[in-house]
Amino acid sequence: MPETTRKLSYGEAVNAALHRLMEELPETLVYGEDVGVPGGVFGVTRGLRKQYGERVFDTPISESAILGSAVGAAMMGRRPIVEIMWADFSLVALDQIVNQAANVRYVSGGRLTAPLTIRTQQGNGPGACAQHSQCLEALFLHVPGLRVCMPSTPQDAHDLLVAAVHSDDPVLVVENRTLYFGAKQEVTVGGPVPPAGGSRLRHEGSDATVVTWGAMTWRAVEAARTLAGEGIGVEVIETPWLNPFDTGAVVGSVRRTGRLAVVHEANVTGGFGAEVVARVAGAGVPLQAPPIRIGTPDVRMPAAPILAQALVPDAHRIAGEVRTLVRGGAR
Amino acid sequence: MSERRLADLLAMWRIRAFEEKVRQLRLEGPIVGSVHLCIGQEAIPVGACDALEPEDALFATYRGHGWALARGVPAEPLFAELLGRATGVNGGRGGSAYFTAAEYGFHGENSIVGAGAPIACGAALAGRHDGSNRVAVTVFGDGAMNQGAVHEAMNFAAAFDLPVVFVCENNRYSELTPIADMVRGGRLADRAAAYGMPGYRIDGNDAESVRFHVRDAVEVAREGGGPTLLECMTERIVGHYIGDAEAYRQPGEMERILRREPIARLREGLLADGVPAAEIDAVETRARTETEAAAAAALAAPLADPATVMEHLYA
Ligand SMILES: Cc1ncc(C[n+]2csc(CCOP(=O)(O)OP(=O)(O)O)c2C)c(N)n1
Repeated sequence: MPETTRKLSYGEAVNAALHRLMEELPETLVYGEDVGVPGGVFGVTRGLRKQYGERVFDTPISESAILGSAVGAAMMGRRPIVEIMWADFSLVALDQIVNQAANVRYVSGGRLTAPLTIRTQQGNGPGACAQHSQCLEALFLHVPGLRVCMPSTPQDAHDLLVAAVHSDDPVLVVENRTLYFGAKQEVTVGGPVPPAGGSRLRHEGSDATVVTWGAMTWRAVEAARTLAGEGIGVEVIETPWLNPFDTGAVVGSVRRTGRLAVVHEANVTGGFGAEVVARVAGAGVPLQAPPIRIGTPDVRMPAAPILAQALVPDAHRIAGEVRTLVRGGAR
Repeated sequence: MSERRLADLLAMWRIRAFEEKVRQLRLEGPIVGSVHLCIGQEAIPVGACDALEPEDALFATYRGHGWALARGVPAEPLFAELLGRATGVNGGRGGSAYFTAAEYGFHGENSIVGAGAPIACGAALAGRHDGSNRVAVTVFGDGAMNQGAVHEAMNFAAAFDLPVVFVCENNRYSELTPIADMVRGGRLADRAAAYGMPGYRIDGNDAESVRFHVRDAVEVAREGGGPTLLECMTERIVGHYIGDAEAYRQPGEMERILRREPIARLREGLLADGVPAAEIDAVETRARTETEAAAAAALAAPLADPATVMEHLYA
């Protein structure tokens, strides 16, 4: 596929990456519930079935078989890209991800690998129910052997997926439903992509570092803009790859700013925010204030939008907590 | 005889009117998010719930509004739940996909395909130990028949002769994909044989037929005869969710479906039996009037209070 630059939404960028991968890697397979003929419930796999035939197909509602077969196919040299429609449904087949996929390379002493890519999406949206709202990245990050990333821009939606499929490890790509239909942006398709890992500087500032990922990235940036207007400089670092994690960039930033806030949509206890704080603490970075974690309170997700809005961090809440972090005062 | 059929008609109209009102409120805005309607499938909950006792436990799916209504849950707190009101059956926490009203023997919808089946086994197991003689009914779609959890539950129930009735609503689609493309032909009901239990394919658009078979299965279960699988053949007249473009439909398919949909069919039967049209139409009017009143009352209720959002997490 020749390198081109096109205006694409986040969802279209995923689609473009899938087309590219089908063309450049003949061993690629794309499958999952409703991904073939219907083109995906979010339209992300549209056109693939028509163009690539049997390499793209619909499956029964059998997540264990979807993921387990991807492990087996990957062990035999295919590059399966399977879709789990909502991250919540991956729990039905956790065994195949945690006990099987993540295990293959290590226990076989590197003789076998399972380079499958799992595409899914997560997060809260208006009226989504408790079983369609969870942010589960921390669950998967606890599993050694499994790589995890969460793109937040159309360009990264393309690049991270390409890097994931080219990676020789099992990779979980967690997309975001609310971003699928966002504004179109210039996306370079078909060119070289950065390898797995790294981070993105989304806003500059010298008073505090905000580390974030996924849909929260843009709320954190909005908060940083608000605070810039008040003379508070916030450096927003997005870490689209959570494993491998760019500890160096985070530690370097906090060394400069002396303050750390981690913002994620997932609930706080046991979230990856705790890991980020631990890494910064472990690096011995001197801090001017105790680090904070901003996330959803530890509760199930209610269906009523007015209840859910009270839980999921927004730019206003992020700005308020970071303001207090910088200016001091009771939290 | 026509008395009972008029009662069935009313029960089906209550569901149809509720669902049509839900669709209107979803399209107009006060209801948000994903909503799955059961329009066209009303005969199954109506027939099945008629065969249940108050102590029996019912586990439905996200397409469960009709099951909640048929089990006797009033329309107003259900509307309120969809509208995120404090007076909702679950105070706005559950929403469309998680109606729960245990006081009516409605032990909840579920939004994870197939997840209700093992839970129903547990409810049946509990009945064996608490002396209630409870039967558990689990409802799921044709697509759910391909979930490991459903297979495990069927074997579990069969191995222990648990009083479980597995009700499969075969509307021929799993979201946007025809079930015929996802299984190697045949009748889903035949899978029951593999677990050593009876399985029947029945007309799911005929409340009387559903009642007959569910009553039978419940009786067998209650007397220690173990589980039964009922594959109820039906069609949803609407999309998988509100907003589904239904691109997967074949030409002429909807016309065929409408000819055998349960309400129109029952109406024709009643007319053929000599029941006056005015009497039949009065049933629809009554259901629609009740439904409008319930929706209006729910719309007038206060929204759920965000200050309570952390409540009900722990005992
Ligand atoms: C474990 C799981 N996988 C996938 C989904 C997404 N999903 C929701 S409804 C549905 C189709 C279910 O079809 P069927 O069981 O036939 O029931 P119907 O919707 O037709 O009533 C799917 C795939 C889910 N909710 N849970």
